[in-house]
Formats: sequence, C-alpha cells, structure tokens
Amino acid sequence: MKRVIKGNHAVSQGVRLSRVKVISAYPITPQTTIVEELSEICASGSLDAKFIKVESEHSAMAAVVGASTAGVRSFTATSSQGLLLMHEVLHWAAGARLPIVLANVNRAVAPGWNIWADQTDSLSQRDTGWVQIYCESNQEVLDSVIMAYRLAEEVRVPVMLTYDAFFLSHTSEIVDVPEIEEVDSFLPPYEPELKLDVEAPLAFGGLMSPDLYYEGRYTQHRDTMRVLEVYPRVCMEFQRVFGRKYDIVEEYRTGDAELVVVTAGTITSVSRIAVDAMRAKGKPVGLVKLRIFRPVPAEVWRSVLGRFPKVVVIDRNLTAGLGGVFASEIRSVLYSLEERPKVYPVVAGLGGRDVTPRDLEGIIEAALGREDPGSEPLFWGLKE
Amino acid sequence: MSRGELLQPGILSCQGCGAALAMKLAMMGLGKRTIVVIPACCWTIILGVYPYSALQVPVIHVPFETAAVVASGVRAALDMRGEKDVEVMAWAGDGGTFDIGLQALSGAAERNDDILYVCYDNEAYMNTGIQRSSATPIGAWTTTTPAGSLKKEPKKDLEKIMMGHSIPYLATLSVAYPDDAVKKFRRARTIRGTKFLHILSPCPPGWRIDPSQSIRTARLATLSNVFPLYEVVDGKLELSLIPEKTVPVKEYLECQGRFKGITPEMEDLLQRNVDRKWEELLAEAEKERQALS
Ligand SMILES: Cc1ncc(C[n+]2csc(CCOP(=O)(O)OP(=O)(O)O)c2C)c(N)n1
Ligand code: SF4
Repeated sequence: MKRVIKGNHAVSQGVRLSRVKVISAYPITPQTTIVEELSEICASGSLDAKFIKVESEHSAMAAVVGASTAGVRSFTATSSQGLLLMHEVLHWAAGARLPIVLANVNRAVAPGWNIWADQTDSLSQRDTGWVQIYCESNQEVLDSVIMAYRLAEEVRVPVMLTYDAFFLSHTSEIVDVPEIEEVDSFLPPYEPELKLDVEAPLAFGGLMSPDLYYEGRYTQHRDTMRVLEVYPRVCMEFQRVFGRKYDIVEEYRTGDAELVVVTAGTITSVSRIAVDAMRAKGKPVGLVKLRIFRPVPAEVWRSVLGRFPKVVVIDRNLTAGLGGVFASEIRSVLYSLEERPKVYPVVAGLGGRDVTPRDLEGIIEAALGREDPGSEPLFWGLKE
Repeated sequence: MSRGELLQPGILSCQGCGAALAMKLAMMGLGKRTIVVIPACCWTIILGVYPYSALQVPVIHVPFETAAVVASGVRAALDMRGEKDVEVMAWAGDGGTFDIGLQALSGAAERNDDILYVCYDNEAYMNTGIQRSSATPIGAWTTTTPAGSLKKEPKKDLEKIMMGHSIPYLATLSVAYPDDAVKKFRRARTIRGTKFLHILSPCPPGWRIDPSQSIRTARLATLSNVFPLYEVVDGKLELSLIPEKTVPVKEYLECQGRFKGITPEMEDLLQRNVDRKWEELLAEAEKERQALS
C-alpha cells in the first residue's frame, strides 16, 4: 500500500513487518519518532514484541545483545552521541556474531551541539564489525530494514542502516509499505543454530586464549566479506518479491562519463540534479552511489570506478587530520590498479550545511578544470 | 566439589575463593532452569577458558557495565519464547555492581524487570589486581589505596539505594551461612520482578588472609554486624540473624592483612558506622514486627 510517511516511520514499519520480537531503544533527536511509533505499534498489539525502555543507548545495545543471544529477532535505533555511547557493545555484538539490526539517523557529533545531517557518527564506527548500508530515500529505508534481517541472519553479522537527519528522518515521501504476508515469504522466522537454552546449556562470549582468539577474529572477517556474495542474492530475491531493485553500488548516467561523483546518502539526490544539468551543458559526467560500506566492496569499486579518469568523492563526514572517510578508503582500494583514476576528495555539508545542486556543479567544474587532485581534500563552501 | 553438581570441579579460582563458594550456593538454590549473565570480573576467569565452562547451565559473558540490562534482554526474549519458568541471574562483582554497572542495575530495578541480580562482594576490583571500589571499607589497603593513603570513605550503602527502587525482594547473604544463603536463592526464584541479592565473598589474596580463613572471616563480618544478614520482602525488613554476642569490629579487622595500617580514628569511625547501621536495622525490623502483631 502506498503511503506518505517520514523516514523514521519507514523504519518502524520495517520493524513491524519484520516481526521483530525484542526492541530496546533510548530517545535522541532525530531518532525519537522511531521509538514513539514503535511504542505505539507494540502497545496496539500490531506487533507482538517486548519493548525494553532502557536508561541509555549503551544499555539499549546491551539489551538486544542479550535478547539476540537468547535467540529472538532484535532491533534498536539511535543517532550521533547515542551511537558513540554504544561503541563498546557494537564491537561485542559483531564479535558475538549476533544478527541485530540497528537504524542510525546520521547526525553530527558534538561539540558544538548539532542535530543536523552528518555521517561522522556511523563512519566512526566502521571498525566495529557492523555491516553499514547507506540509504537515499524513505523507500530505501523501509526496504533496507527487511533486507538487513535477511542478510544479518544468513551471515550472522549485525547490520546498521543509516540515513540523513531531517532530510529523510523528518521528511515525508511516498513509500510502498508491503503487506506483512509478502514480507513473511521473503523473511522466514529467525531460528538460530545456537542460543541460550537451559535444555542445551552453552557458554557464550567467554575467555579465549591467544591460541584461538586470532582464528575467531579471522572467521568474523571472512564471514563479513561473505556479505558481498550474499547481499546481491538478497537484492535479487527482494526484487522478485517486491519489484524494487538494489545493488552494492548504483550508477547513474555513467555510460560515457569521464568524471563520476561518488556519494552516499541524500547528497546523491542533489548530485543527480547536478549531473543532469552538467549533461545538458554537454559535460560527460555521471554518478556512483555507495550503498554498502563495510564490508568494503573493493572488487566492485575497482571495476566500477576504475573505468573513469576522474572520481570525485563527496564526504559528509570528517576524520580530523585526514579528511573524508569515503575518499580515503576509495583511494586505498584503487591503489592496486595499474591505471588508477584520479581521486578528488571533497568534504561538504558537515553539520547539515546545505549542499545544493549548484554546489555540486561547482565541485564538478573545479575537478574538471584541475589535473592534479592534490592530497588535501577540497573543503567546499567553507566561509572565510 | 562433587560431580553431578551444576558447578563442576576444575574452576580457575584461587584457593579459598568466597566468590566460587557463593556460586555453588546459588546453583544449589536455583537449580538447572537458570541462565547466568556474567560481566567482566573474577568469574570471567573462574568459569574456565573456551571451549570449557564449569557451569552446567547456559552462560553469557557480557561487557563490564551491562550485567543487569543484558539480563533484562534475555528475560524479554525468554518471555517471547514462552519460557517464563527460567530464571535469569546477573552475577557481578562489587565493582560491576556498585560502580560501573550501577546505572544499568538502577534501570532494570526501576522497570522492575523480572531478573535476579546477585552481587558477590569481595570489596575491591580483584580481577584487575586489588584496586579500591566504592564497596571497599574505610581503612582498607588496596593497590590504589596504598599505605599512607588507605581508603577514607565509607562503603557505599547499596542496599539503601536498591530499596529506594521499591523492588520486591532484597537480601544480604554470606558464604559463612550456607543454609541461609541457599534459602534466600530459593526464595528469590519464587518472586517476580527485580530481586537483588548481596553476598559477602572473602578473597584471600585481596583481604590478605589465609585461604583456610575465608569462612571464618566472613562469619566474623556478620557476628560483628559489619555485614548483617537480613531480607526485605516488599519493603518489609526482617533480620535473618541476631548475634547472641556481638564481636567487636576490631576482631574482624585484626584477622585480615588489608587493615594492618588502619588508624585508631578510622577504626572508631568504622565501629560507629557499624553500630549506627545496626541500630537502624533493628529499629526497622522492630517496626515491621509491631506492624504485624
Ligand atoms: C569497560 C571496562 N573497564 C574496565 C575493565 C577492566 N576490568 C575487568 S574486571 C574489573 C574489576 C572487576 O571488579 P569486580 O566487579 O569487583 O569483580 P572482581 O574482579 O572483584 O571479581 C575491571 C576493572 C573492563 N573489562 N571493562
Ligand atoms: S582474586 Fe579473589 S575473588 Fe578473584 S578468584 Fe582469587 S580469591 Fe576469588
């Protein structure tokens, strides 16, 4: 059924449709309306789930670690400082191989307090072992919740889906909300091989000697890489059931492009408009949208991005002392190519600063007119 | 320990470890249909190295500050699975309870989640090498309250904090009184909501006592009213034991190396605090007794 809903409600609908059994969350702007709607969904009985209203995000993540180890489908949602507070337990969930799904509304981190869009929060969790999926629209947000459980439960890794504060969280769009029976046919009930069970007692997460720990971590890495095989299959099945197509990266007007802009999140929509405008002026430019980041789809990046002489990477995030995360990782992945594209790193839109199609055109013009991309990122739109 | 028990031989504790005895009593009282949640503490080690585990019930190890809330999460999942008769026990040290884990414990208690929270109290961070916790008593030596800078602050009154949460069951237990302890674990099992048990567990290396003296030391703690035994059921307090003849606190202090440097002033303060608390407990128990009669 087509409905006009906000990004946050796309999450709560996705959770309802996925028949999640335990939810635990703590409010933070701009995630709060997810929690509110989930409270209503649980209270009304339209989802048979326990909602544990904890006293912090650290506890929210710990509660779902407990629930997931006890063998039920579990969910939490947060943003910014809340995600940062979860950090220790994020590592724990991934190391314990728990298929938890987390929705993170990408918001800037303090100080100064800032509630607007910025991806530094999720990108600073890139080493926690969580799969990260970046979303561009409310439809993608809803679909990603459902796909995330399929992926997480098959590979036994936790999945974080992210989307930009306010641009999606509080903006209404037309979303096709599937029927729950349809979702049932795509997402079977969660039946873990191992769980906390008094009939078959096991110990989870205990002391591990140097003799075994290393192999445990390797196995985690190997299986996390498996996401890159499983995800395309999940996408294909999703398309068969729901008719909507997703992929690891998505290309737009790249056919004969000599320069592509690489984006993640809502800047993608802005960039599409800019690409159209540049094309109208006869400039051969295109767009590559990142959807999965962690595991790094290195082969895909190499085969897709390696085709273009110039690659402009837009980072709405900052790792102070280096620049943008996406640009630095893309550059390192492309290093093994004999013919490497030039990578133009751009930092833009931090803390929700508006990035308009005109800005994107300016960024593209700058890259088109410059042979040497330099190593310092271009901080676009910085006030003097 | 004999075979066939829920706590098997081969545990990695030090000799005379009160925390190990405490778990044995817990398992005797709770039985097989129990899931144990263990945060970072000596018990992380005591249980054994993967793939071995000395407990014959399911165990989940969790981050240091999360015992209570992981138990809440497990509880919620079991409820969804329809396994209401399985008890979920969070089992944490004093550091994991009085300090870093207090927020999560308070959260679970405020929600009155149906879990059993047990703090085995050896009055310091033993697993990291005997540092002070907020459960360390006045005058005690630890590696962070060394000679010349012994702990000056009184032990945090966690029972009062927990009673402030109006939980249905709270009790203090000691490894020196095993029958009483097992009875309290059994009782906790029958109550729905958050149950908080505080069990005094001497630690030979931390308390500077001979391993053979653990139980005697724990008994002196109760006989001197340093660690009185009582139960609070739905807010009503009942003393489990009123010593026929109270032992001076000094006697309890003198049997342990950790109080070697205590000053007479600190000792006085400790005795006065103990007396005051005991008077409060007596008065509270008397109030309940009269209300009943
Ligand atoms: C977040 C975090 N901080 C610190 C530690 C290190 N640590 C592990 S156990 C422990 C002390 C535990 O003390 P307590 O809870 O009293 O239990 P005991 O060791 O005495 O059994 C500490 C500080 C940790 N594991 N996690
Ligand atoms: S250090 Fe103390 S608490 Fe830890 S195992 Fe040894 S005796 Fe037990």
